[in-house]
Amino acid sequence: MRILAGLARGAVFSAMLAVSAALTASPSMADPRRDLVLGMGIEPTGLDPTIAAPVAIGQVTWQNVFEGLVTIGRDGKVQPQLAESWEISPDGLTYTFRLRHGVKFHDGEAFDADVAKASIERARGAQSTNPQKRFFDAIASIDAPDAATLVLHLSRPAGSLLYWLGWPSSVIVSPKTADANKTDPVGTGPFLFSRWVKGDRVELKRNPDYWDKAANIRLDTVTFRFIPDPQAQSAALVSGDVDAFPEFGAPELMSSFTENERLTTEIGNTELKVVAGMNNARKPFSDKRVREALMHALDRATIIDGAWSALGTPIGSHYTPNDRAYKDLTGIYPYDPDKAKALLKEAGYENGLSFTIKVPQMSYATRTAEIMQVMFAEVGVTLSIEPTEFPAKWVQDVFTSRDYDMTIVAHAEPMDIDIYARDPYYFNYRNPAFDAVMAKVEATTDTAGQDRLYAEAQEILARDVPALFLFVMPKLGVHDRKLHGLWKDEPIPSNVLSEVYWAE
Amino acid sequence: MTGLLLRRLGGLALTLLAVSALIFAVMNVLPGDAAAIMLGTSASEDTLAALRAELGLDRPLVLRYAAWIASAATGDFGRSYTYGVPVSELIGERLAVTLPLALFAVILSVLIAVPLGVGAASRRGGALDRFATVFAQMSVAMPAFWVAILLIILFSTGWGIFPAGGFPGWQAGGLAALKSLVLPSLALALPQAGVLTRVTRAAVLDVTGEDFVRTARAKGLPRRVALWRHVLPNASVPIVTVLGLQFTFLVAGAVLIENVFNLPGLGRLAYQALTQRDIVVMQAVVMLLSGLVIVVNFLVDLAQMRLDPRLRALA
Repeated sequence: MRILAGLARGAVFSAMLAVSAALTASPSMADPRRDLVLGMGIEPTGLDPTIAAPVAIGQVTWQNVFEGLVTIGRDGKVQPQLAESWEISPDGLTYTFRLRHGVKFHDGEAFDADVAKASIERARGAQSTNPQKRFFDAIASIDAPDAATLVLHLSRPAGSLLYWLGWPSSVIVSPKTADANKTDPVGTGPFLFSRWVKGDRVELKRNPDYWDKAANIRLDTVTFRFIPDPQAQSAALVSGDVDAFPEFGAPELMSSFTENERLTTEIGNTELKVVAGMNNARKPFSDKRVREALMHALDRATIIDGAWSALGTPIGSHYTPNDRAYKDLTGIYPYDPDKAKALLKEAGYENGLSFTIKVPQMSYATRTAEIMQVMFAEVGVTLSIEPTEFPAKWVQDVFTSRDYDMTIVAHAEPMDIDIYARDPYYFNYRNPAFDAVMAKVEATTDTAGQDRLYAEAQEILARDVPALFLFVMPKLGVHDRKLHGLWKDEPIPSNVLSEVYWAE
Repeated sequence: MTGLLLRRLGGLALTLLAVSALIFAVMNVLPGDAAAIMLGTSASEDTLAALRAELGLDRPLVLRYAAWIASAATGDFGRSYTYGVPVSELIGERLAVTLPLALFAVILSVLIAVPLGVGAASRRGGALDRFATVFAQMSVAMPAFWVAILLIILFSTGWGIFPAGGFPGWQAGGLAALKSLVLPSLALALPQAGVLTRVTRAAVLDVTGEDFVRTARAKGLPRRVALWRHVLPNASVPIVTVLGLQFTFLVAGAVLIENVFNLPGLGRLAYQALTQRDIVVMQAVVMLLSGLVIVVNFLVDLAQMRLDPRLRALA
């Protein structure tokens, strides 16, 4: 099969070279293009990010169709959007937003404080199916004293609230159209929804009445095409059917684009933290020495080489280089098989140890688990691999029932280090010291103070290893050389198109 | 004949009902909760409960089955959890890809296999017969998805005659849509054609050896006329039977082929619905496929009765 794939690739490339040569041979003197075909590996399930969790929904709609009170920029920092400014009371319990004038939804409906209030009430109400309803837990009541002022009254300080309001699940929707957003999204963004050919594509077009007159939107039509198979993704890119694949599916095919004259590649960071979670309530993982030994037994660099073609960044905690106050903590338990053996002996496992890892079918997970199996064997640990269908069976076995020894999965949510303080959560990890730091983050509203706490939190986890922290998945961008403005990194899963343009 | 037809139709309805109960039971005991999959890993218990209530997943299984059957009888198969549109609409869009695909594959395999099988049988041991044997063995041995990859290498990345995958939609023009179905239906048809060639060849040889054919030839009937008038009608019964069986394989094979060619057909929909535990869609798709197979078998039975007067007499 591998030989065949190689053959196919070779043939694909020679054909592509011919095609790209033909394309570049006829230079057009016309204006730069104003259309874009962008490829994604996963089709969204519905187009309303406020009622379902899959990141693909936000990757189509967030910032393109829907906008929030605030937004999150390329650097991961909070920026004003539908709210032009805000004030937080000294006790951190009152947030007063000044809303923009002249913002209209795509159906002509005006945006004002009442709409914003209704939108947040919908997300936090009893009937809400918002995947991040917890974001709004601290809100006690909402006031709209005038059309341009929105006041959130909190029951306790919520230091992450502003950041959370920038997420796809917090976008502002109009109460009139909210129920139909799943199939016919209506927002305030620079692009209007025009068509969804299910199983194939979503089409957007430029919003001529976009409120932000300073924004220079240089695309008239955008087509998101959904192509799951990496070989087909590659064929679509090389043939020019697709202009860009911001998250290309197969790292092992990335080098094949370097020879291509028309395409370029760009490797950035995502928020996808690949971690091997352990059931901390179960023996032997309840013993910190065992967790430490298992971390020492793994060589992250080799794992990244083998599993993801050496693309990816090793991590020592549940945190990525995109995130504020990031610290490289991979040195705390470096690769050291002898130390691992000694620790296992100390913990009473000198005659070996065996357990099972439940592995989702995604290639990063299966490949990493296979490499871990070999590395663990070197220190006398026998790892049995149990394939577990993701998401359905994994969610049921690991996440909901917590019936597992070890598992491996990429955590997609940005800045989700607080999952180790959640109870219940699948790690079954309990550490009052860590919980206290997380609580302090929420009680703190000043950025510098929060950064110090995040640094402390990373360090606690890196030392306590409730999960084996492996690597951050790279963002494998492949796109036409003339296309500019796509995000290199992905501090939040997205395809923001407001700054994308074609050079002449 | 009418009485028989009515009895057979009654049997058909009962089979479909039994199949529906089985499908419903299997889909609902599969591990995995659609609400938990949709809301991800940060959802709280009350949010999950709200979504389950919205989807009707909190009601007892028997009630859900009854409601499903009742509305299915009126043509309403519910609303997809993930896409949010009526399942019938979703399936309609996908059938517009999968049905032509399966149909083309059947036609192609008949067009390849029947002339080849008949030709091989009429000149036994000749060059055509030897070619037919090799062709049949090779095409049976090659799985459809592998044939698909070979076809892509040859016809799209190599010669650029046909697209490597994707489906522009019928609204993009019949020709473009047809073009994108050529390679997939060929990939599906080739392995089936191999089987069908062998069956045709064997059936024609069988009948040719019968006494009545020899008598006809002895009475001076030319070889060609004997073949058309006496051999083919009698040989067609096993051919039609195998064709009916093959249709089942074609529908199953379409799932794989649609993935290789990135076609938004029923197979892709079924796969997607399964991973998302979109039970409403899964139920409807599996029900439709089983219904299709049952109905095709029924039609094959009818066709055989038409072809073979003895079967009619028995009934």
